[in-house]
Amino acid sequence: MSVRERLSWQRAADFVLILATIAEAIVFATIAPGFGSVANLINIALSIAVTGILAVGMTAVILTGGIDLSVGSLVALTGTAAAMAAAAVPRGGAAGIVALVVAIAVGAIAGMLNGSFIAYLRVQPFVATLAMLTIARGAAFILSGGRSIGNLPDSFGVLGRAVPFGIPAPVYVFAAVAMIGAFVLNRTVFGRRVYATGGNPEASWLAGVGTQRVIWLVYALNGLLAGLAGLTLASRLGAGVPNSGLQYELDVIAAVVVGGTSLAGGRGTIVGTIWGTVFIGVLTNGLNLANVDPYVQKIALGVVILIAAIGDRVAGRSTGGPGTGHGS
Amino acid sequence: MQVSARDLVKRYPGVVALDRVSIDVRGGEVHAVAGENGAGKSTLMHILAGATVPNEGTLTIDGADVQFRSPRDAQSRGIRMIHQELNLALDMTVAENILLGAEPSRAGVVNRRAMHEKARAVLDRLGEHRLSTRARVGNLSLAARQMTEIAKAVAADASIVIMDEPTAILAQEETDALFRVIEQLRQDGVGIVYVSHRFDDIFRIADRVTVLRDGCLVDTRPLAEITRDELVRLMIGRELAAGYPRPSRAPGDDVLVVDRVSSGPVRDASLVVRAGEIVSVVGLVGAGRTELARAIFGAAPVTGGRMRLAGAPHAPRSPADAIRAGLALLPEDRKRQGLVLIAAIRENVSLTSLPTFAHVGVIDRRREHASVARWTDALSVRTPSLEKEVRQLSGGNQQKVVLARWMLANARVLLFDEPTRGIDVGAKADIYRLMRRLADDGAALLVISSDLPEALGMADRVVVMREGRIVATLDRDEALAERVAALMLGESPMARGA
Repeated sequence: MSVRERLSWQRAADFVLILATIAEAIVFATIAPGFGSVANLINIALSIAVTGILAVGMTAVILTGGIDLSVGSLVALTGTAAAMAAAAVPRGGAAGIVALVVAIAVGAIAGMLNGSFIAYLRVQPFVATLAMLTIARGAAFILSGGRSIGNLPDSFGVLGRAVPFGIPAPVYVFAAVAMIGAFVLNRTVFGRRVYATGGNPEASWLAGVGTQRVIWLVYALNGLLAGLAGLTLASRLGAGVPNSGLQYELDVIAAVVVGGTSLAGGRGTIVGTIWGTVFIGVLTNGLNLANVDPYVQKIALGVVILIAAIGDRVAGRSTGGPGTGHGS
Repeated sequence: MQVSARDLVKRYPGVVALDRVSIDVRGGEVHAVAGENGAGKSTLMHILAGATVPNEGTLTIDGADVQFRSPRDAQSRGIRMIHQELNLALDMTVAENILLGAEPSRAGVVNRRAMHEKARAVLDRLGEHRLSTRARVGNLSLAARQMTEIAKAVAADASIVIMDEPTAILAQEETDALFRVIEQLRQDGVGIVYVSHRFDDIFRIADRVTVLRDGCLVDTRPLAEITRDELVRLMIGRELAAGYPRPSRAPGDDVLVVDRVSSGPVRDASLVVRAGEIVSVVGLVGAGRTELARAIFGAAPVTGGRMRLAGAPHAPRSPADAIRAGLALLPEDRKRQGLVLIAAIRENVSLTSLPTFAHVGVIDRRREHASVARWTDALSVRTPSLEKEVRQLSGGNQQKVVLARWMLANARVLLFDEPTRGIDVGAKADIYRLMRRLADDGAALLVISSDLPEALGMADRVVVMREGRIVATLDRDEALAERVAALMLGESPMARGA
């Protein structure tokens, strides 16, 4: 089948990443006590769930040639808002559902604002979402009065703490988001338009693609996913914490880049992003278990990002060509 | 000073841009360089200015061999080029720009007063007493910016100044001012290389003219010994090549009606394209041809006039609107505007028509592939697989991919902007055949081409644009190359009689 042929470069890159992950796992299994245990593997899955959810949305954003720096702050804002809403629900009410609706609504609204500034007012994605980063963080603190919002109804903790079939619920959320994300990007009209808009915004616009709407929608969906991630985290913590999610945007972008998505837009896959997330999750976990100094861990992550970027360059995938701006 | 170029050859992949061209430029003369688009003027200028290194040939200054590896080399020998898109720092003052890199300074600290005095002296020498040295360049008119650029060359003691279409951005009075400055430079012994399409300018200011055509030197003549008609003939030269496919049907109803439309530089343009007809739009660069096509396609705002498409009012607010109405645009810059280069052939062809293969937003890949293959086969796109990235295709095949997209989208009115630019000769014939077949099938084609023989060869009718206006609409039989060229250049028979 011909689709496979075209995807071969992507497959090759994914294959390298998978091999690297396996090699990494083998090394840690030998040097880090307890790394290979089932409990630890589940622990790794849980630790990457929240950034993984965010990375799926970020992949779409970066595919359009954009960036979203606000997701870490949105995790805090949506988690805090959801916790406050849940706390306000009278005993016996559906606090969990209310929290879900509030988190997703707040995230989506923030995303729509990002999208409107970027797609219609032509503010650069970096700047627009940098502004949202500080605004959302400030709003989270004002909303909560600077305190964690705890003492929540039990139903609030289901999404983060339930363990169906021995696997924590956030892992299921991540898996579902990843599958839906991959389907949307690969198989739908919208997904194709995301790739086209990132690959060449001007040509796409002249081919009849509503590039502004595509970009708007991508940021709106990314905000929505940030809401889902924010609720998942708050639910796991059992509280809405206004200073949670700090610097998540950087971890998320790192996972997407390591997964082979080009910052120039138009190239990348969800599968790559998942492997990028797993690779970094395994690295962090293994280095922890091997008692490596956390500061050294930071350096290791930086080196991984550089290697991924250089590999991308060498493979000729990010040509730095068109798609860095947003079409009119 | 005299700069002489001998037998310059510049090859680019697949094309010889300059083929054994020689030119002498003397101090104290204005030497015009004329030719159609693609004649090799800009390559020649860039070689003289050090921006392009020739494959063969020699450059001498006053008899001594020189080699330029960069514009800096040329500048150090007194040769400066003034680009059409002026190279100025917009946030700096006139004085800072004029003395950029040569600021009077002591121990690295710029002496601002000396800088302004020096800049003032240069401007005064050019007769530009009104331009303030303290003005921010970004706030100035294009004419004043151009003057700043010229002053920069003078401040650097340039002996040869190359000007690329300097009057293209100027109004009439500004042109007069520029010519006074050029006259001043000539009297000071500076040699001017003056590249222009405008015959009025050339005959008014130049001492000699060198004509290029298809990368070759046609002739160098003193202006005193040449008439306008001769110059047109030297520029166009070629006989119209035979072999353009002819229509096999009579034109049908009016499909596209453009009625006094204004948009950007386009003023009150009116034209009609009928079913089964190919209408060529010819004109110089900047005549407004591309802008007209973009306005029809909804890619540029229409500021006046009306359009009708297949009998219905046509007022697209975006390309998507125009496409729904049955329009297609094959843009002039295929790589930048026509294609997503890093995407597959299949994805490029289906991009516009995706919803037709989708059920609730989900694409049926088998139907997509089959539909795309039908058109790439019909247009004989040569590729082993539809999954190949389009950047790997030749120019001709890329154009066919764009065309396949519009066929699949069922376009009935096709706007071709420079359909064969960057396409080799064999593939051109292919494109011509396809265009004629579309017309014979009842489509309406509007074709913009700077290749005059092509534009006239393909056309059933010819629309001539000049400076944003449509100045003539000619039937095929009336559209003789020299007449069309004269109209394009503003040399209408009436004006000549006056």
